[in-house]
Amino acid sequence: MLHVSVWRGTEQGHYVDYEVPRQTSQTVLDVVTYIQRKLDSTLAYRYACRVGMCGSCAMTVNGVARWTCRTHVAAVTGEGSSLQIAPLANLPVVRDLATDMREFFNKWARAKGQYEGSRTRRDDFAAVKPASKEAQALQAGIECIGCGVCYASCDVVKWRSDYLGPAALNRAWTLVNDVRDDARSERLRAVSGDAGCHSCHTHLSCTERCPKHISPTASIAGLKRATVAAVLKGAL
Amino acid sequence: MQNVTRDARRETWLWFAQRASAAVLGICVVVHLITIIYATRGGLSGAEILARTRGNSAWLAFYSVFVLAVAVHAPIGLRAIATEWLGWTGASRDWSLAAFGVALIVMGFSATWAVFQ
Repeated sequence: MLHVSVWRGTEQGHYVDYEVPRQTSQTVLDVVTYIQRKLDSTLAYRYACRVGMCGSCAMTVNGVARWTCRTHVAAVTGEGSSLQIAPLANLPVVRDLATDMREFFNKWARAKGQYEGSRTRRDDFAAVKPASKEAQALQAGIECIGCGVCYASCDVVKWRSDYLGPAALNRAWTLVNDVRDDARSERLRAVSGDAGCHSCHTHLSCTERCPKHISPTASIAGLKRATVAAVLKGAL
Repeated sequence: MQNVTRDARRETWLWFAQRASAAVLGICVVVHLITIIYATRGGLSGAEILARTRGNSAWLAFYSVFVLAVAVHAPIGLRAIATEWLGWTGASRDWSLAAFGVALIVMGFSATWAVFQ
């Protein structure tokens, strides 16, 4: 049997203990689903794909933000049999294990995370060499699926809630390196505000925890260099 | 839009100034520590220190750079701490820390000048 403590409530709430049968190759999402289906149907949580593609099921498992669908119980408990499951940190709680992700995604928009091109269908394809520095930097960060694990793990977000956060800044960095994009200066300004890329302390928690093995820290460092180069050229 | 541009330039310059001053401090601190170890081999006395520093322009130039780097570096670091730990933002924070930077320059230069002249 697994002893599972699950956060119930909103910002105010408490942990409720459940006993869940232990199975081989059991994931943390399996545990949460078992509780919701067999023990307490009022438990709220979020998931969709179950295979690490959608980024919906991230939660705090034994104090660490993770995708629950891709986390085996054995990897977290080791020889023990206790699990503590809470909603992602640094985000408002809707109910139980479901967080409100609006501010997280609003920050992507504030960091100008939208592609802005000027080519039309009458223009030729943009030729981008895969080995170029820009293409390499873009590829390194493009696989982000917006799960919020980095954001929940970031100390700076915890200390100042207006900080744009690792995911939004990583997204901005991929666009800064997209040679087809036309909003470079505007984007560099958007990420350089009072709570932008320069607020990062390089603690590397985002890089440590990213399930896609992206390094938002490296992306943010890239933004810092790009903004300094721009301001020295008078282009910021 | 103007605010966005102004903020972006200010934050970027501050970040750059802190990194650049850190690079200067890295060198200054190493030279300072080596000097301390070297200078105190045969004991430490006020007269010995003054004999080395009085009228020594190279020494004055080095510690002037050191003081300026500290005065740039420390207030910017404290600004981040004030924001994150105290939630202190805005003009009152920035002016207070600018005053702190000026105080560091005044204290640093008066100490440096006192053993030079």
